[in-house]
Amino acid sequence: MNSGVFALWRWEALWASRAEFIDAFFVTLRVSVFALVLALFLGVVFGLFSSGSNKILKGIARVYVEFFQNTPLVFQVLFMYYGLLYAGVDLSKEQIGVIGLGIYTGAYISEVVRTGIISIPFGQTEAALSQGFTHLQAMEYIILPQSVKIVLPPLVNQMVALIKNTSVLAMIAGGDLMYRSNAWASNGTLSYGPAYLTCGILFFCICFPLTYFAKRYEQKLKSAGTSKKEVTAG
Amino acid sequence: MIKLVNVNKYFGNLHVLKDVNLEVKEGEKLVIIGPSGSGKSTTVRCMNFLEEPSSGEVYIDGELLTHKNKTELVRKTSAMVFQQFNLYPHMDVLHNLTLAPIKLQKKSKAEAEELAMKYLRLVGLEDKAHVYPGTLSGGQQQRVAIARALTTQQKIIIFDEPTSALDPETVQEVLDVMIRLSEENITMVVVTHEMGFAREVADRIVFMDEGRIIEEGTPEHFFTNPENERTKAFLGKILRQ
Repeated sequence: MNSGVFALWRWEALWASRAEFIDAFFVTLRVSVFALVLALFLGVVFGLFSSGSNKILKGIARVYVEFFQNTPLVFQVLFMYYGLLYAGVDLSKEQIGVIGLGIYTGAYISEVVRTGIISIPFGQTEAALSQGFTHLQAMEYIILPQSVKIVLPPLVNQMVALIKNTSVLAMIAGGDLMYRSNAWASNGTLSYGPAYLTCGILFFCICFPLTYFAKRYEQKLKSAGTSKKEVTAG
Repeated sequence: MIKLVNVNKYFGNLHVLKDVNLEVKEGEKLVIIGPSGSGKSTTVRCMNFLEEPSSGEVYIDGELLTHKNKTELVRKTSAMVFQQFNLYPHMDVLHNLTLAPIKLQKKSKAEAEELAMKYLRLVGLEDKAHVYPGTLSGGQQQRVAIARALTTQQKIIIFDEPTSALDPETVQEVLDVMIRLSEENITMVVVTHEMGFAREVADRIVFMDEGRIIEEGTPEHFFTNPENERTKAFLGKILRQ
């Protein structure tokens, strides 16, 4: 078993390099968190644009969504990396990861937000406008709080996809978990088995708790809508 | 208080309002009747700019309503009651009523809730303050919607076919509330098919057909000797039912 893909000595080599994996894990985590913040921000802004009545903003949102949904993420990240390099803009690979993933996922999230908004009957927005709320206030107080329940499951899907997509940073030697796992194995002992398995487990350690807590939160939201109801004789 | 001057409205190629001129006076109970698709709803929706006129002007207390000042002007002038109630389903009844007073009129929570309870009592639903709209019947929801409009204490309440989406049995409970309301010093603009209500409550009735105001006058005038042939035909049909 000394030459096996998962031979014990390979694991021992990995354990000796654990600091590198831990560091890579935190790079991926950091990129994910910042990209997520950016994606949520862009998603809400462009989701509001595309569900609103302003034709120009609608058009801008359309172009944004279509462009970033219909080209590969790898292309976008590479394009940005070499494009910015050529333009003399000095960004770290982590920063490019945050921006690239944030913009890409923002396009998907904006569609999620848009469907969440249009699934709430427009009469409620009109009721709010007739009371003197601005369109934005109507969204804030009345529409978005209801949309959250609807968009949460697809939103979490997008969040998990984003985290997993940090692996495309490997294409630009991004220092992320995927890249470093691969690099560690190929530069040293060729212990791909333990390296990839560890990489997969670490990704799972980020994504699984997210989906788990999101599900619990979703349950909580659902029951909050009904718990205060009293039984009434119509 | 609200004045429409030569208002025209197009939806695409459809010309739904044709040179509508109409003035709502303070304290008046104005009822707008007419067949479906005659532009009644669009007319009242121009009064709070839920529809923006394609041409013509809307004045509120002498001030021209524009895209820019609409939120500000509407906020301090009118409230609306819709055919489909349009309550906020994620808030309980009390919260539905107090949202605008707290957020827009900067009233304290206690003050807003006191006001809300007063109007819930007026519509006979003070025991429903803490339930969600989804648990209420249509008639109850519409009474809550009326209370919500009242809680903002606007000078004008616009009713856009408030009983059209209700079961026949619950229509009367809503009309009763509106009749009670008409005794207060509130300006009411009501689009309705309820002729009994129009007759009892209206100071003035406006008849619309095909986007135009065809005839206007007192209930007495309308129900005893309408002049226009279209009006006669419409009333003849609807009163025979």
